[in-house]
Amino acid sequence: MPITEVPNLAPALPEIFLGLAAMSLLMLGVFQNTTGPDGVMKASRLTSGLGIVMLVLAMVLVVTVSGDRLLTFDGLFVSDPFASFVKVLILIASTFSLILAEDWMEKQGCHRFEYVIVILFATLGMMMMVSANNMLSLYMGLELQSLSLYILAAFQRDDMRSTEAGVKYFVLGALASGMLLYGMSLVYGFSGTTDFDALAALFAGGTEPAAGLIIGLVFIIAGLTFKVSGVPFHMWTPDVYEGAPTPVTAFFSVAPKVAALALFIRVMNGPFGDLASQWQQIIIAISVASMLLGGFAAIAQTNIKRMMAYSSIGHVGYALIGLAVANETGVRAILVYLTIYVFMNIGTFACIMAMRRSDRAVENIGDLAGLAKTHPAMAAAMAVFMFSMAGIPPLAGFIGKLYIFLAAVEAGFMMLAIIGVLASVVSAYYYLRIIKIMYFDKPVTTPLETPIPKRIVGVLVITSIFVLAFVVFPNPVINAAGVAASALFSG
Amino acid sequence: MNAGMLIDNVLLGEYFPILVFLGIAIALSVFLIAASIIIGRQKPDPEKLSAYECGFPPFDDARTKFDIRFYLVAILFIIFDLEVAFLFPWAVSLGSIGLFGFWSMIVFLGVLTIGFIYEWKKGALEWE
Repeated sequence: MPITEVPNLAPALPEIFLGLAAMSLLMLGVFQNTTGPDGVMKASRLTSGLGIVMLVLAMVLVVTVSGDRLLTFDGLFVSDPFASFVKVLILIASTFSLILAEDWMEKQGCHRFEYVIVILFATLGMMMMVSANNMLSLYMGLELQSLSLYILAAFQRDDMRSTEAGVKYFVLGALASGMLLYGMSLVYGFSGTTDFDALAALFAGGTEPAAGLIIGLVFIIAGLTFKVSGVPFHMWTPDVYEGAPTPVTAFFSVAPKVAALALFIRVMNGPFGDLASQWQQIIIAISVASMLLGGFAAIAQTNIKRMMAYSSIGHVGYALIGLAVANETGVRAILVYLTIYVFMNIGTFACIMAMRRSDRAVENIGDLAGLAKTHPAMAAAMAVFMFSMAGIPPLAGFIGKLYIFLAAVEAGFMMLAIIGVLASVVSAYYYLRIIKIMYFDKPVTTPLETPIPKRIVGVLVITSIFVLAFVVFPNPVINAAGVAASALFSG
Repeated sequence: MNAGMLIDNVLLGEYFPILVFLGIAIALSVFLIAASIIIGRQKPDPEKLSAYECGFPPFDDARTKFDIRFYLVAILFIIFDLEVAFLFPWAVSLGSIGLFGFWSMIVFLGVLTIGFIYEWKKGALEWE
């Protein structure tokens, strides 16, 4: 039956706004006078500034419309506290990465106003993903996000590594999308519906699912694991993170990761919540493998972006513990963990973007040697982020890990918590090694450029205050995460 | 539970011939390739290994550069081709989808127009 009534647009207001904003900025940008190098820069600065404003306005809208669970567009779109929480997080991450990007892009000479537009569309896709209540709206959001990300990875198009990253990401991403779609078609074939609520109702009575449906579920998990870069579908991550321009890597490591994990949580706990016993072992295996690989593979890295890629694989492993336990405590733990992760990672990448020497961006870990003498404040901030990533109390990263491991222990997954703690000990090695290099190694070459751009300083101050002060004021985040998690399990 | 399993088994049973076919296909192709490796005499030389091009030696590398604009035109064509593919069912069913259906397509066309204005302004339609 076709929908002839105009659906209630209110729950989707932030998305509609962001879509219109992105298109208006596209028109604004393309009608700017771009003759001469100055014109290009002006257009890029204008759209970048307006893009940040639009993201903040979208955040305000998300907070305004958040509340009870609302379905619209014939049940394709859902707005609930869980979606609102994650959307705010995504918008924060996008805003920060836009703030950081403009300066770096101008110095590299690849500033174009389209960057902002693509970031806005990627953000829109992510917001659609977390609000999806149907396999098809899920896929639509995911593809909008993924296609934007492929473009972003190859954004520095005269750079060999950037284009390679883009192509690699595109080919592997298309493969993952194919697997996801195949899984969805199997699920649809064996259940007759793609609607999350209908699927949940189907399994609610403890009905034994058909074998084909489980196979479909496994394919969906494989596709989503690729999107969150969990082992064994992580192979693209180091290459893409290393090759993509640094602001793009900063964006990749936060916003899409948060969105994909949120989507993972919703799909597993929503439609397939009652099949938890079927998928738990898979998630546990992915989680353990990601934690171990993230811990061990990062040790040998010399490129800091590549190291951060392995670090992010490890962090996904920890976050997936919260999914493996399949309950409200677990989801709350993931949300707290992700919030902290976003701030730590943005801070770290702000430091990486400040690493320039003789007008070139450098990205080797060795380039940080002696940073404590030349840039004491930046070294201190980096040290805070590294300690936090390693999970050393009383920093924010410790609290995030604590919640995750507590959720695992509470649910009786003792082994999982133990492996997690051991893996985080291993990963502490390479985080602390950076601190050692900054504070105790002698600089091999000329020190890094001194005046750090104001925007980077601003972001560093905000993120490091968040990481340092989280232990004192954890309640706002933890309470909001609790509300968001309970919204997912009330239905 | 049993009803579900039963449907499951009947359904899987219908696919059994395909499984048999798949097995035979794999076995046959493995046999043919293995046989030619084991029985045939292998004496490779540069002439034998070079690409075969109607009896001539290959003129040059097949991976030549071609103008990116061909690709651009192809992509732009696909977008507007798909637009027409969307417009047909919409036009046929316009009577039963009401005003909302009408405006949905107008919004879609609006989004496409924005993309079109962008590509025009960017000079993607000029061929010199």
